[in-house]
Amino acid sequence: MIYFQILANGLMLGALYACIAVGFSLVWGVLNVINILHGTFIVLGSYIAFFAFRFAGIHPFVSVFIAGFVLFLMGYAIQSAMINRVIAAPVLITLTLTFGIDLVLNNAMLVAFSADYRKINLPSPLPSFEVASIFLPGDRVAAMGLALLLTILLYFLLRATNVGRAIIAVRMDREAAALMGVDVKRVNAITFGIGALMAGATGALISVIYPISPLNSSAFLGKAFVVCVLGGLGSVPGALVGGLMLGVLESFGGFWFGPEHAVTLSFGLLLILLFARPGGLLGKRGYE
Amino acid sequence: MKRDWVILVCGAAAIGALGWSGDNYFIRLLTILCMYATLAQSWNFIGGFAGYPSFATAAFFGLGAYTSGVLQNQGLPILMCWGLAGLCAAVFAVLIGGAILHLRGHYFAIATLIIAEMLREIVNTTPNLTGGGMGLNLPILRISVDVQSRVFLLAMLVLAVVTTAAAILLQRSRLGFGLRCIQQNESAASILGVNAYQYKTAAFGMSAVFVGMAGAIYASWVNYIEPPDVFDILIAVKPLVMVLLGGIGTIFGPIIGAMVLLALEELVWRNFLTVHAAALGVIIILLVLFLPNGLFSLLKDLSAKRAKQ
Repeated sequence: MIYFQILANGLMLGALYACIAVGFSLVWGVLNVINILHGTFIVLGSYIAFFAFRFAGIHPFVSVFIAGFVLFLMGYAIQSAMINRVIAAPVLITLTLTFGIDLVLNNAMLVAFSADYRKINLPSPLPSFEVASIFLPGDRVAAMGLALLLTILLYFLLRATNVGRAIIAVRMDREAAALMGVDVKRVNAITFGIGALMAGATGALISVIYPISPLNSSAFLGKAFVVCVLGGLGSVPGALVGGLMLGVLESFGGFWFGPEHAVTLSFGLLLILLFARPGGLLGKRGYE
Repeated sequence: MKRDWVILVCGAAAIGALGWSGDNYFIRLLTILCMYATLAQSWNFIGGFAGYPSFATAAFFGLGAYTSGVLQNQGLPILMCWGLAGLCAAVFAVLIGGAILHLRGHYFAIATLIIAEMLREIVNTTPNLTGGGMGLNLPILRISVDVQSRVFLLAMLVLAVVTTAAAILLQRSRLGFGLRCIQQNESAASILGVNAYQYKTAAFGMSAVFVGMAGAIYASWVNYIEPPDVFDILIAVKPLVMVLLGGIGTIFGPIIGAMVLLALEELVWRNFLTVHAAALGVIIILLVLFLPNGLFSLLKDLSAKRAKQ
C-alpha cells in the first residue's frame, strides 16, 4: 500500500518539523518575539554535529546534547544582552532586531564554513527494515524517536520543574509573575535559551538526514512559521500536532502534485489558516 | 504643507541636476537612492501611518518586476508594462489584504513574510512563463549606455517624487488621519466611525502600487531578474530600516533614512565585500537598541540638553 508508505514518511518528517518548531513556538508564546534567528540556530546545531563527527568521531545523536548546551548558552547571552532591552517594544522592533542578529550570525557562518553543502556519512548507518511492506530507514526512525523524546522532555520540563512553572507563569501574565517574585528578565533569558537549545538539538538530529549549509536556515524558519500557525502558539502539544500534520500534508501533497509544489502548498495552507483560524487549529482565539 | 512641496521640488531638481552632470557610477547611486526612497516611502503608508508591520514589500517588488518582464517579452511597450506592473501589484495587495488585514501584530508580520516566499515558489515552479530558477531576460533598449542610465534615473526619480507627493497628500487627508487613528488604537477608531478595514486596505494598496512600478523599472534597468534577487527578504527589511532611521510616520524621514542607509551600504560594500550582510545586521542592531526613534531623536536630545543648560 503506497498510501501507508507516504503516511509513514510524513510522520517521520513531521516529528522533525515538530522539533524544529517547538522552540520557536515557546519563544513566540512566552516572550512575544518572532525569533528570525531560529533557522540559523538549527543550522549551527548541524555544524556542531558535523565538526564533532569529523574531528572527534562523535555520533550526531550524541552531539544533540553538545549542540543543545552550546546553543543554550548562546541564546541565553543574546536574550540578556540584547533582546531583553527591547522586550516590551512592538513586534516590528523585536522582529527587526532578531533579523539583524540573524544577518550577522548567518554571515559569520558563511565566512567560517562557506556555503558548500556538507553531509555526514555515517560509517555504520542503522539498518533499514520493513514493517508490513512499509520501508523504514533506520536512521530516520531513530531521528524521529529522538525528536519525539526531546519534545516530550520539554513538555515535562515546563510542567514539572520550578523553572518550567516560572516560564508558564510569565507566559500567562508577565506583571503578575513579577509580583509573585519571578525574576522575569532571567526567565526570558532561560526561555530564549531553551528555544535555542531545542533548535541546536534538532539541528544535530537532522544532520544525519539532510545536507548542511547556512543557506538552509530560511527554509527551517518557514517550516516553524507554518507549524506554529497550524498548531497554535506556545504549547508543546500544539507544535507536535502542527508538525505531524505538516509532515503528512507535505508528504501527500508532494505525491499528488509533485514534490516541487510542496512548499507552495504548505504556505498556501498557512495563508488560508491565517484567514480562517488565526489562533491555530488547537489554539485559543484572540491570544496575542 | 507648502514647505513640504518646496522641499520636494528643490530636492528632485537637485538630484536631477546632479544626475545629468555626474558620471555613470554616480548616476547608478542616485537611481538606487530614488528606488530606496520609493520603497521606504511606500512602506511608511502601511507600516508608519497605519502601524501594521508589513514585510510584503519584497512580494510587491518581485511581482512588479516579473509582471513587467513577462509583458515586455510579449512585446508590449515599456511604459505600459511599468504601469501594468503597478496596477497588478495594487490589485494583488487589495485582494491579499482582504484576507490578512484582520490579523494584528505577529500574525500579520508572518503572513506578509510568507507572501513573498510563496510568490517566489510559484515563479520557480512555472518555468514556461517566468523562466523559473533560470531567471528572465528582458529586451535591451537600443540606446547608448549613457542615455540609458539617465533615462532610468529619470524614471526612478519621477516615481520617488510621485510617491512622496502621495505621502504629502495623504498626511493631510481624511485617509491619513484615519490611518493614524488606527495606528494609535484601532478599536477606538472603529467606534468613532473610521472604516478601519477599508482604510487599511487602501493603505496596503498604496504601499504596493509604487513598489510594483519600482520593481518593473528595476527589472528593465538590470535587464535580467531571478527569483532570489527580486523576492529577496532584504527588499522587505531595508525599507523599514530606512524608515526607522529617518523617523517613522514622517514625510521626509524615509528619504533621509534611504540616503543614510545607502551611504553606509556603499561604504561597507566597497571595503568589506564578504561581510556586508553582517555589517547591515550590526547597523540594524545598533539602530534598534540605541536609536529606536531615528536619527532625529539624537538631535532632539541634544537640543533638549542645551535648553536645560
